[in-house]
Amino acid sequence: MGLDIRFPIGMMFTLIGLLLSGAGFFSPDKLSLGININLIWGSILFLFGALMWVSAVKAKGK
Amino acid sequence: MPSQSIHLGVIDYSILVLYVAFVIGIGFALKRQMKTSADFFLSGRNIPAWVTGLAFLSANLGALELVGMAASGAKYGIATCHFYWVGAIPAMIFLAVFMMPFYYGSKARSVPEYLKLRFDERTRAFNSVSFAVMTIFASGISLNALAKLLHNLLGWEYNISLWICSFIVLLYVLKGGLTSAIYTEVLQFFMIVLGFAPVVWLGLRDAGGWVAIKQKLAGVATNPSAYNLADSASTTFHSDAWTSAWKPLIGGPSANPMGIDLFAMIFGLGFVLSFGYWCTNFLVVQRAMAAKDMKAARNTPLVAAVPKMFFPLLVILPGMIALALSATEGKGYQFPKAVIAEAKMSTAIASVRQSVASSADVVSASKTIASAAGTSLNTVKVEELLKAAKADPGTPDAQLAIGIQDAVVNDYDGVILSLVKRYCPTGLLGLALTALLASFMSGMAGNVTAFNTVWTYDLYQAYIAPDKSDEHYSWMGRVVTVAGILLSIGAAYFASMWTNAMDIIQLVFAFVNAPLFATFLLGMFWSRTTGTGAFVGLICGTLASALFHACTLSVGNVPGVKGGYIHNFWTLPSDMAQNFWLASFAFTICFAVTVLLSLSTRRTKSDEELKGLVYSLTPKQTVDQVWYARPGTIGIVLLIVCVILNYIFW
Repeated sequence: MGLDIRFPIGMMFTLIGLLLSGAGFFSPDKLSLGININLIWGSILFLFGALMWVSAVKAKGK
Repeated sequence: MPSQSIHLGVIDYSILVLYVAFVIGIGFALKRQMKTSADFFLSGRNIPAWVTGLAFLSANLGALELVGMAASGAKYGIATCHFYWVGAIPAMIFLAVFMMPFYYGSKARSVPEYLKLRFDERTRAFNSVSFAVMTIFASGISLNALAKLLHNLLGWEYNISLWICSFIVLLYVLKGGLTSAIYTEVLQFFMIVLGFAPVVWLGLRDAGGWVAIKQKLAGVATNPSAYNLADSASTTFHSDAWTSAWKPLIGGPSANPMGIDLFAMIFGLGFVLSFGYWCTNFLVVQRAMAAKDMKAARNTPLVAAVPKMFFPLLVILPGMIALALSATEGKGYQFPKAVIAEAKMSTAIASVRQSVASSADVVSASKTIASAAGTSLNTVKVEELLKAAKADPGTPDAQLAIGIQDAVVNDYDGVILSLVKRYCPTGLLGLALTALLASFMSGMAGNVTAFNTVWTYDLYQAYIAPDKSDEHYSWMGRVVTVAGILLSIGAAYFASMWTNAMDIIQLVFAFVNAPLFATFLLGMFWSRTTGTGAFVGLICGTLASALFHACTLSVGNVPGVKGGYIHNFWTLPSDMAQNFWLASFAFTICFAVTVLLSLSTRRTKSDEELKGLVYSLTPKQTVDQVWYARPGTIGIVLLIVCVILNYIFW
């Protein structure tokens, strides 16, 4: 296939992850049940995106 | 409804815009690959199984599913999981193990085309026309629901939401055809899961975990009328009615909030409806047919079955969380319901006082008060209110107002959004809304791509313009993609203008879908089935479902669009029971007529012609896979996991 879908998925989630964790970092008063959910979930999305990215790069190298 | 509205921040809009940019970007990136009509309609058959598998799941997941499953979770509890564990997993495994070899191996380009190869043009024409009409209405209903939701929630203009959302889908499907629909469906799958997971996680934390939820729902089950969940004050269930998947079903229709018996659940939903949908609906089967080889095609439904099995956690659990929270003092969570405006409230209060004075009977009093309040009311609550008002004629207006507001029926469809509002600060809010939008777009793109293929190959090429060049069909595909979107928009307006439209459309779906699996089952596994038998059987099955509907009614409904308009021979305990029994009846009629007619008509296709189309006439494939990688083995493992899940929540 011409396009490895993991690239766009990875790119989109790293970007959204950065946005979200950035929002959590700069406005730590926006809490949900006392948790800075933007920071936590943003980081998780970032990690997920990075993983997708890495696996796509690895597959391309083969 | 201003009380529902949410304000989005810059971050929320940024996430939304990022998502839209990527979805459209994928369409444009794939544009170069769209050379022949096969690229556009069939993705050139070169996609790996994990991609087609997730797309298989995503295409089926419309916006209505996210909203509706949470609603059912609150209304019926964990029994809603049967739509997944009973109503999907076994059929998906059956598709992979037994049916996919014929769909993929026959080189048919669509499900209706398989019917033509196996039987004749008549069955194909019937199936492709009914399928094309249904996909348009399905995407129209979903589009209408989404635009309404965006309007109520964000205050966006209904028409603008409708056209913009459709335009985005149009853009990427037009550019990248089926491939771009499938690729974006994968992206949307992750968006949906990762967008809703934090809401469920926070909800679970808030409610105090599964054990606490179970405890609260036990209280709800024994006194459902206090939560507007019952139409009669005497209705009460066993304490595990919301939290146990099978025990309330075994107790019979009166022991579970769904009003369903075991036979209707297992045969009606688990066999007829489920196999009829997952094994014959081109919307999902098309994803598997786009896989790169037979192995990937058979693995497609198996890949999809894994997340499907655990989806209840994401879509049904929120409904149960919301119900548990509303039953917990001090959480400050109010189950969503319409708020009566002040002006209407004063007429409703006057109407209560008048009903007390005239001592009207509860049902008619309830109706008058409800029409004054401009919303539906729970009869049990109205009865209590009238009793209290009668006992103490000096009850102040303010107290009556509280009573009337409390009697307003639950807005189950608002459950998921009430949780999003409760837990999502700006940022996460944008993510959750994007997930909702993604679920809608994946469903609509699924419908549009299935529609354009069936139209172009099964109707246009077959009956209107055969023997044209490949460029011509490619062009037609693009034209019909635009037409399909415009028709969906038309269907959305149709559904929004007429309150009964939804009921009627869903009814037609049920009539057409119910008998379908009998035709496929006999066609694939009995070589004696003839074209005439299949066609007449299918027509009889469809008519039988319409007849069944006209002769039965469920409790609490009046003859009309809900059935019983010829004569009410059988009153069923719930709409759902009526639907499941209808399917069982239609399937049986279609099966019987097809068998009888096939035995009394001559076969028109030789054994040689049916090779690759019928199980017994197709030589067994030499398997080059190790035993544990074979679809059969994976299917058995998945079934075992599914049984374990059922056992845990027995």
